Amino acid sequence: MSDDTFDAIVVGAGPAGSACAYTLAKEGRSVLLLDRGNSAGAKNVSGGRLYTYALELVEPGLYERAPLQRKIVREQIMLMNDRGATTVDYFDPGFGEAVPQSYSVIRAALDEWFAGEAEAQGAMVAPGVVVDGLIEENGRIVGIRTGEDEMRADVVVAADGVNSLLGQKAGLFPDVKASAVGVGVKETIELPDELISARFGVKEGEGAARVAIGCTEGISGGGFLYTNKGSISLGIVFNPEQAGRQTRHIQDIFQDYKMHPAIHALIEGGTSVEYGAHLVPEKGYHGIPKQLSRDGFVVVGDAAQFGINTGLIIRGMDLAIVSGLAAAKAIIAAKQPADVGTLYRQQLEELLLIANQQAYQNFHGIFEISRIFREYPALANDAMQFLFRVDGKKPKPMLKGLLDIVKRNVSFGKLLGDGWKIYRHI
Amino acid sequence: MTIKRLSPEELLGLDRFEVDESNPHIIVDKAICATCKARPCLVACPARCYRLNKEGEVNFEYAGCLECGTCRVVCSDGGVTSWNYPRASFGVSFRCS
Repeated sequence: MSDDTFDAIVVGAGPAGSACAYTLAKEGRSVLLLDRGNSAGAKNVSGGRLYTYALELVEPGLYERAPLQRKIVREQIMLMNDRGATTVDYFDPGFGEAVPQSYSVIRAALDEWFAGEAEAQGAMVAPGVVVDGLIEENGRIVGIRTGEDEMRADVVVAADGVNSLLGQKAGLFPDVKASAVGVGVKETIELPDELISARFGVKEGEGAARVAIGCTEGISGGGFLYTNKGSISLGIVFNPEQAGRQTRHIQDIFQDYKMHPAIHALIEGGTSVEYGAHLVPEKGYHGIPKQLSRDGFVVVGDAAQFGINTGLIIRGMDLAIVSGLAAAKAIIAAKQPADVGTLYRQQLEELLLIANQQAYQNFHGIFEISRIFREYPALANDAMQFLFRVDGKKPKPMLKGLLDIVKRNVSFGKLLGDGWKIYRHI
Repeated sequence: MTIKRLSPEELLGLDRFEVDESNPHIIVDKAICATCKARPCLVACPARCYRLNKEGEVNFEYAGCLECGTCRVVCSDGGVTSWNYPRASFGVSFRCS
């Protein structure tokens, strides 16, 4: 490296960028980590759960220093109609043992911490910098432009998030399509910590994560709820294409969800302290651009559209961290910048990111079944009501009652067809 | 404290913004929006930056933008002619999301 050229410039101090910068700096490489927020995390919003293994891959024990919220030991699935809800609650204390499987997180705290860890390893961290463009010479990316300034590096790592303007400027991929992302809206609601533990049936430091369907007016998408320390993250992710085709504002649908009696009881007495929105990659394996690098340039994290959504498991930050680590390992191993792209691909394979993406590669197709978002949750609640209701009148025979409920919500033909479609996509 | 349905203004009022008065980071061509029938921005922008005015035209106000990118990806007729992040130190700053 010449005096004024970094080994790497990492654009974006989210989990992907900081994992990359941390790993490079730890190996003694010169790294500049830029973020457009006044502090790392100031521009970031996420639902709020991080699967811990990813931090363990970066460095065993690293997670113990992180400002994590609650370790998730309750996994909940809530099927809603407009008056009630059926909730499946899976309690597994094992998820909280040894290295806990996952934690709820608040991005402002998490991202600032991680960037600070990279800085402590020797990375130069500069928040409050918006990268306007790339410097290209002889077909190679050799640096970035910000305002009047130019900064040079052997490799530019684009960790600039789901909108990745840099990846587009590098010509790696076109802009993301509305059908390939979800738009998430979220309120952070402060609530006393003891109250959260009591309402969700968890001990101090333990928490619940909930996904909800039936709260989106039939739009492909779902609600989420994460318990933090002293706050709850509540939100909905919508398919923006479908949201744009109907007439109710997504904010209003979100407020309905918040005020739904089954949700309201959990957050009552709390204080809304922030409202955020963000896009999330939704296409899984098939959404990953064919080209993730060119000479002197790689994309990581959301910028590379890494993401997994099975309906129950929603992953982004862990994949971001793994991809940032993969890019760092590639840069460390490369004899020349031109080798980074191939080595990055190899690392994504070796670290099993690709295998994870492939394992769920067709799940996205399930969410094309519109009935999942209204009719089936309604059916579940109707069935529950039938099973639990006692009013002294002559009850319908059990089987007939249930079949009538199925027929009222969907036809048998559709039920079979949807079952077959789900079977094919998993 | 109590949890209630929050209006669009109340929701954005929770957030911290530093508005770059002289520099809109998103440029919208109203002439294109005037002929757009779909107008997905009106319901999909989480900040409600796109609203109809009395004349039925799409009005865009970037001050409460949450910088998510939704308008850019849903825009079907190309009314969002330029989409960038705000200049350094401007825009929204999240503290606990």
